[in-house]
Amino acid sequence: MKALIVEDQLFKHEAPFQLANGGTLPRFELCVQTYGELNDDHSNAVLICHALTGSHHVTGKYHADDTHEGWWSEYVGPGKPIDTNRFFVVGVNNLGSCLGSTGPTSINPETNKPYGPTFPSLRVRDWVASQYWLMHQLNIRCWAAVIGGSLGGMQALRWNVDYPNSLRHCVVIASAPSLTAQNIAFNELARQAISSDPKFSDGKFEEMNTLPEDGLALARMIGHVTYLSGDGMNERFGRDLREGSFALGTDSPLKFQIESYLHHQGKGFAQRFDANSYILLTRILDYFDLSRDFSGELYKAFEHTNAHFFVISFSTDWRFSPDRSQEIVDALIRAERPVSYVEIRSDKGHDAFLIKNQRYIQALTNYMKRVAS
Amino acid sequence: MILERTDYSTLTHWIPQGARILDLGCGDGSLLELLQRKREAIGLGLEIDSEQIEKCLDRGVNVIEADLNLGLTRFDDNSFDLVVMTQALQAVKRPDLIVNEMLRVGRECIVTFPNFGHWRPRLHLAVYGRMPVSDYMPYNWYDTPNIHFFTVRDFDSLCRELSINVLHRKFIGSSSGRSLSGVFAPIWPNLLTETAIYHLSR
Repeated sequence: MKALIVEDQLFKHEAPFQLANGGTLPRFELCVQTYGELNDDHSNAVLICHALTGSHHVTGKYHADDTHEGWWSEYVGPGKPIDTNRFFVVGVNNLGSCLGSTGPTSINPETNKPYGPTFPSLRVRDWVASQYWLMHQLNIRCWAAVIGGSLGGMQALRWNVDYPNSLRHCVVIASAPSLTAQNIAFNELARQAISSDPKFSDGKFEEMNTLPEDGLALARMIGHVTYLSGDGMNERFGRDLREGSFALGTDSPLKFQIESYLHHQGKGFAQRFDANSYILLTRILDYFDLSRDFSGELYKAFEHTNAHFFVISFSTDWRFSPDRSQEIVDALIRAERPVSYVEIRSDKGHDAFLIKNQRYIQALTNYMKRVAS
Repeated sequence: MILERTDYSTLTHWIPQGARILDLGCGDGSLLELLQRKREAIGLGLEIDSEQIEKCLDRGVNVIEADLNLGLTRFDDNSFDLVVMTQALQAVKRPDLIVNEMLRVGRECIVTFPNFGHWRPRLHLAVYGRMPVSDYMPYNWYDTPNIHFFTVRDFDSLCRELSINVLHRKFIGSSSGRSLSGVFAPIWPNLLTETAIYHLSR
């Protein structure tokens, strides 16, 4: 199949933007990619919300020789479950990220220096508000579907509370109505890994001309372990050695495959991601709780929603476990909202939502047929 | 062993317009689709088989992947107008508990089940001394998903024990419905009924 060639577009919001924390962003840019064509009655638009360190680059390649494809290329594209021959698909980089939209690495117009650690704290509802603005910029009145995995699923959920008349379907994948204490704990470990790196310099590393690469790599290694399942890890790496030997009479340095893999993942991440951004984004994830405005009763959050919901979980995902997805489903049933739910068997842990899986493809394909009709 | 479409029509008549219906073991979703179309029902199915779930998604029936043996504790009391279970009661671990749960979650319920008191399995057991295998129940005793064999009379007695009202009963003689046993099924239900349909309330 011919590769989908994609390009970034910038949408500039020049006026001050009110934030949930009471502050304002003087102005911002959203970095966006779109795939497919908006139809005549503007009814085939699908918004894809990305996870923690994802981006607007959902699918396709920047040029024919590009070795990397967008993060959800298995599921979005021509003939894929979210079929770009049928839908006008929009990917947007979230505010506060460092991959194209305004974030800690952007210049603060009030100081003419990068925001760094002074970038305002954001909530999921700020992202959704910025996506709502984008929706109008794209001449879309109502999304056919808002779809997201993990932290993206939380945004998709939030859309229903803040703009219930602006989406017809909501697909929530490997997500949760809030993080558990254990989840927040893992995020705090990651943040501590970064902030205890001397090169982090309280977030002012750019001014100091340093980079907290070790801290950021360690943060990613911790995160990465939680995205995999124990069985999946054993299956892939087992106790295989990358270097050295256990042979008696030898004493060479030993390195397991899993160690080498984690170092590789951490190092690559440290080179492409901003430390302040990572801290900011994990905090947004920690703060999210859909039931908070509804006296802790999740079903009440759904009482005034109008979308049809499809919830997907993965059997070995322990970071966003099937039980958390079922909480969403149960609340939707209690609120008498239309919902379907599947638990996909996979040994890939939380990462399963990004990886090719026949049943997941079939379920999403079948549901998207309903979205199209 | 799927309930014939003609038998669905019986069920359809008992269901009020716009009812909120929970279908336990909804299979490919064809019953809910019919009720959504004919009765403007608001349907939700529970199903464990992934292939059946895909079919539900494909035909626009809302379905939740769930194991019925784990019970219905996730559902509030009286959260549905009607809870339906077609041809699955004999396959769950505790039919009595499920029927009780159905009448907690729904104001009414409809169950259909194969009647083991039908003359054919009786004759088969009497003559051959072996558990019956037929087109209607095509499994061997060791691989059958049907772990409880019971008769119309057994079910009547369960309803009495659990103080359940039988609102309607319908007896289907044979899967084709055209045979002599079909005509006489209402007269000698336990002997001539292959499939029984019960409409129950508290």
